[in-house]
Amino acid sequence: MSTIVLLLITGLGLGALYFLVASGLSLIYGLMGVLNFAHGSFLTIGAFIGWEVARRLSDGSWWALAAAMLTGAVVGALVAAATEFFLIRRLYNRHIEQVLVTVGLALASVALFEGIWGTDPTYVTSPSWLGQTTEILGARIPNNRFMLIVVAVLVLAAIVLFLKFTRYGLIIRAGVENRLMVTALGIDVRRAFTLVFAIGGAAAGLGGVLASIYYGYVSAHIGGSLLIFAFIVTVIGGLGSLAGAAIASVLVAVLQQFANFYLGGTGDLAVVLALAAVLLLRPRGLLGAKA
Amino acid sequence: MSTNSSTTNILTVRNLYGRIEGQQVVEDVSFDVPDTGVTALLGRNGVGKTSTIKSILGLIDRSGEVTLGGRRVDRLPTHKVVQLGVGYVPEDREVFGKLTVAENLKLAERSAHPNRALVEELFPDLVQRQAQLAGTLSGGQQQMVSVARALLNQNRLLLVDEPTKGLSPKIVGEVAQALLAAAKTVPILLVEQNLQVIRQLADRVVVLSGGRVVFTGEATELLDDPERIQRYLGVHSGSERSSAGQTDATVRA
Repeated sequence: MSTIVLLLITGLGLGALYFLVASGLSLIYGLMGVLNFAHGSFLTIGAFIGWEVARRLSDGSWWALAAAMLTGAVVGALVAAATEFFLIRRLYNRHIEQVLVTVGLALASVALFEGIWGTDPTYVTSPSWLGQTTEILGARIPNNRFMLIVVAVLVLAAIVLFLKFTRYGLIIRAGVENRLMVTALGIDVRRAFTLVFAIGGAAAGLGGVLASIYYGYVSAHIGGSLLIFAFIVTVIGGLGSLAGAAIASVLVAVLQQFANFYLGGTGDLAVVLALAAVLLLRPRGLLGAKA
Repeated sequence: MSTNSSTTNILTVRNLYGRIEGQQVVEDVSFDVPDTGVTALLGRNGVGKTSTIKSILGLIDRSGEVTLGGRRVDRLPTHKVVQLGVGYVPEDREVFGKLTVAENLKLAERSAHPNRALVEELFPDLVQRQAQLAGTLSGGQQQMVSVARALLNQNRLLLVDEPTKGLSPKIVGEVAQALLAAAKTVPILLVEQNLQVIRQLADRVVVLSGGRVVFTGEATELLDDPERIQRYLGVHSGSERSSAGQTDATVRA
């Protein structure tokens, strides 16, 4: 029983990380039809800059962690908005070029990060409570999983409230359905594009700082490795569906944890098989729109 | 090509070409829309009427000259053309199905003082259904949302594309009445397939054939001439059915 509880809660924690990356990917694809392979770079730069700030302020304190999270989100948002403005905006409806540019940016950014911070992982110091465990039903759960879950829930709630109750949220929801019709109502949908990139980048940058807590280090490849699973989550949840991304994040991460434990470390294989099953049986994903 | 000399033109279209994925769908189209009344854009099925409307708005690739109230708009993006005072009612309604009726209308509001009173007067049913998802409305109700979106704003021109397509006769009458009321305050360029509605609404007609304009004039000049109707629109104005199988009052757009 304690093992199941442990796997479930650690799976939820990992799912929280996946969601922070996948939410932006899903919104960006839903509104703009852009598969953004550079999204992992927003996460990595957020993690590195966030922890540079934390290290200089007060390594291991809560307020330094808060500053790191805020910095990671802001840096992620700025880099993502700049990427949309300078690179993607010229390539809407040119999907091959979008893939080439975002893949190229992802590769170049990894090289840049390695040039600045080196190829070895940079180990981070977090508040001591996060390195401890809490016992639930006999399972000793690492405390950082709780923080990941709480932050992801807050981010989900913030995005939902933004989409539901703001003018730009309305534009984004309408644009996901039919962006040409949004422009035909006199709305400059390009601003919404930049905003969605910024929101996605903020979530990814925040996710970068949290990923460094989860793994205990930052590296130039941290974004890329999470991006693969975030893409899988996005496809399983249904491209463009925020709720689908949230549900799929949890399902994929929990499946991964259970398969790793009970099936001899085959978590990644189980996730890929789940992806294949969804593509075969329900190609639009769990909550994706019908083609 | 010029229209009645006592009116000025709100829209002039000169040598307009439109392309969809590289294919020419509008070819060298020129016509004027006066600043009052309803101008109907007619033609047989697939002749490029919807594409002409979309070209004017910049929703498809275009070239040529489009002037709105004396200002060139053919190089402006769609949202800027609309912001200059163009309301658009698209073919197939294109309401946002996952938004409520109220959200659909809210999204369309371009000013701080939208004309909600007019919309509520013309479409009282929508007031009752504000919280309903637009995707769950009937076709006629969706068309009301689509027309209402255009009427919320102070426009200088309405582009209305097949507003009665697929609707029941009762709803066709309601939509026609709404457009008739709107036409008192704003000029309309109307694409329509129902000859009865055209007869009811249109002051002038522009007929396209092969992507080009082949007839421009008063609506009655065309509608009272069965031979022209047959030649330009492919239907008889009498009681027999057209070769395409439509009733006498219908032109397939």
